[in-house]
Amino acid sequence: MRVSKRATSAIALSAAAALVASGCSSGDGDGNAAASKDGAIVIHGVQPENPLVPSNTTETGGGKVIDWLFTGLVEYPNDGGAPRNALAESIDSKDSKVFTIKIKKGTKFHDGTEVKAKNFIDAWNWAAYSPNGAQNGTFFSDIAGFDKTYTEDPDGADGPQKAPPPTAKELSGLKVIDEQTFEVTLAAPTAVFPTKLGYSAFMPLPDAFFTMKPEEFGKKPIGNGPVKFVSWEDNVLIKLTRFDDYNLRDKMKIKDVDVKLYQDETAAYNDLLANNLDFMETVPTSALAGDKWKTDLGDRGLSTTTPSTALIAFPIYDKRFQNPKLRRAVSLSINRQEISDKIFFGTRKPADSWANPLTPGAKPGNCTACKFDPTTAKQLLTEAGGFTGEMVFYYNADSSHKDWMDAVAQQVKTNLGIEARAEGVPTFAVFRQNINAHKMTGPYRAAWQQDYPDVENWVNPLYVKGGSSNDGLYSNPQVDALAKQASAAPSLEASHEAFSKAVELVDQDVPSIPIYFYGQQSGHSEKIKKLELNNVGELDITSVEL
Amino acid sequence: MGRYLLRRLLQLVPVFIGTTFLIYALVWAVPGDPFAGKCGERRCPDQYIAFMTEKYHLDQNVFVQYANYMKNLLQGDFGTTFSQREISDIILTSYPNTLKLALVALAIEAVIGLGAGVLTGLRRNGFLDNLVLVSTLFLIALPVFVVGFVLQWLLGVQWGIIKPTVSSEMRLSELIVPGFVLGSASVAYIARVARTSIAENRRADYVRTAIAKGLPMRRVVGVHLLRNSLIPVVTLLGTDLGALMGGAIVTEGIFGINGIGRQVFRAIVTKESATVVGIVVVLVLVYLVMNLLVDLLYAALDPRIRYE
Repeated sequence: MRVSKRATSAIALSAAAALVASGCSSGDGDGNAAASKDGAIVIHGVQPENPLVPSNTTETGGGKVIDWLFTGLVEYPNDGGAPRNALAESIDSKDSKVFTIKIKKGTKFHDGTEVKAKNFIDAWNWAAYSPNGAQNGTFFSDIAGFDKTYTEDPDGADGPQKAPPPTAKELSGLKVIDEQTFEVTLAAPTAVFPTKLGYSAFMPLPDAFFTMKPEEFGKKPIGNGPVKFVSWEDNVLIKLTRFDDYNLRDKMKIKDVDVKLYQDETAAYNDLLANNLDFMETVPTSALAGDKWKTDLGDRGLSTTTPSTALIAFPIYDKRFQNPKLRRAVSLSINRQEISDKIFFGTRKPADSWANPLTPGAKPGNCTACKFDPTTAKQLLTEAGGFTGEMVFYYNADSSHKDWMDAVAQQVKTNLGIEARAEGVPTFAVFRQNINAHKMTGPYRAAWQQDYPDVENWVNPLYVKGGSSNDGLYSNPQVDALAKQASAAPSLEASHEAFSKAVELVDQDVPSIPIYFYGQQSGHSEKIKKLELNNVGELDITSVEL
Repeated sequence: MGRYLLRRLLQLVPVFIGTTFLIYALVWAVPGDPFAGKCGERRCPDQYIAFMTEKYHLDQNVFVQYANYMKNLLQGDFGTTFSQREISDIILTSYPNTLKLALVALAIEAVIGLGAGVLTGLRRNGFLDNLVLVSTLFLIALPVFVVGFVLQWLLGVQWGIIKPTVSSEMRLSELIVPGFVLGSASVAYIARVARTSIAENRRADYVRTAIAKGLPMRRVVGVHLLRNSLIPVVTLLGTDLGALMGGAIVTEGIFGINGIGRQVFRAIVTKESATVVGIVVVLVLVYLVMNLLVDLLYAALDPRIRYE
């Protein structure tokens, strides 16, 4: 998952079919093609944390630019629907285990070389080879042979031992068939595998990448997307321009895109108000109070919901939180509507399901623990034998979580009579360090943004034993079994059906508490006549018309 | 004079070593694992952490790390950030921006502060004196970010006189408002110090003599009075350059200037000792050199002061 650089303050995410399908176009209707042709825009961005290598980018600052520079095998439609082929001509499989992927002929990288099957295989092998240290390396764990190229450190990264060197340099499950075709064999059937292929970790890399150091490539990346890289002045500006040889669906309608790298949201917002900036994805929190942004921007503002959810997770490794009844009682004592109205001025929606309802395969309203029912909550608390001591809700104080976490703690205190309070941990780094080390002593805030649009991404990483973000160490063998069965289902429909059964069990156990679904408030300049947001709420630069 | 200069320059060496080690150790002691929050809501792959730890020698103790760092630094290698960016590049791109901003602020301070100080010092307790007194009090009381946001909003958004943020070219005309914001509190101090100093020297014997022998007022003030009253003002201005550069982070943030403040802040949060030390080392040098320059200026301003 990608995380906003400002420590997940405002995760900007995907978009509701109903809300964004209409294109969010505002202003005077359609743009003027002639005016657009050589047009240039300046949009808001933040300095990418790492050199721009797709498999080593996990934050939104760099991730956005990667998304524009590269086109993957599949793409996620802006309306949030099921993925469709982009660079892939076809992705075929009989058993969800062996996939034959054919790519379109004659597409080019920005350096003029052709995109071939080999470019995918080389890129994936590089990322899956553990000594390369790619942040997205584990995304390839579905593919056969991953255990040979990616070795785990026997005592964790902090321990004295080092990981043994991998025995293979390449994934045995990848095979080139001809210039445009390759075959992927997975370790186990995985219905959702084709859906994952649109995530940036799976982008192809040009031959040039393998002749230079990754960090050098990342300073002047060569992609295969609708725009190409021009220059990058650290902390100041990334310049992109239309790639004229691009021949896939989403061609650019304007020419130049300057990504201005801000350190301060308010500065960017003031630029937006003065029409000095053409697009800002998320207006600062300070502009949300009293709907100030609506008055400021008028019809230049747009509001969408995004498929990410704010949660409060329980440290289930702590004995005091092992009773599901207690966890349910806490969840039922929280008035989500009030938090949404009073603290977020309606810009966040109260959560009522486990997976975000905008995700394909998610079942809206399936979180029975998300209701506000103080009477039942009290009763459950009594059945659970009460709670002794203080219940401290933790959050990272370097981003705006204090208000709503205070409200949650206050509601738990009032409705359950537990000594509850919220406490900030100074920085996101320290906060995550404690979570990773399983040292939390109270419930803590978390947020989840999907990596790819499928309900699988809301279950496996979060609620299955050993999941990459199952930080509370929740474990229910029945959930694990159902999720395993769902992942291996022959079709996506069958997979979604099985996942919904797993979620029903999760709903009984309440390993975490969904609180609200994120919303996104964006703004654009008078210059832009038409624009769309993509499935994660980022600007679709190929849709922009002036 | 030569010996004095040499002694002062030699003093820089221990100060340099002491500050760099202190800063290195302090950043090292900042709590938090640099890679804990790097991959968002999931922990970074162990392989990634192992790769970075080895690359940046993070498994060594702080003394070994510092020794390694100094060894590279003396060979002109400032090292790289965790994002694998050359720290020397960061210093080269961000320092000129901050320096430019600080110099504009310093110029504004000197012109406005000194002007107001001289006028009020000569005509004490008049209307102008009270006006300056009250308005400087007002400026001292206002935090920099308030002045910054208000001016940005009024001039940039409401009236459209300036662009709300500074462009990457950093044109001088764009820096006037940010420079004023950065220097606003110091303007007030300079004005007050200059006023007191002028008022005091106004009663000195040599001024009375100068007036008595019939020199024109402009010459009395411009040559005799001002030159002797400048010493405290120069001290303030000289040491202020370093303070302005180090304290520019808020102004830089408001006006979107790519300066050192933001780099240091980011580096402290991510525990990049090498970046913090690299930037602060240069800042320390600015302080030391400015102090030396101020001391030398004393001799030029007041012939009674001599250095052996």
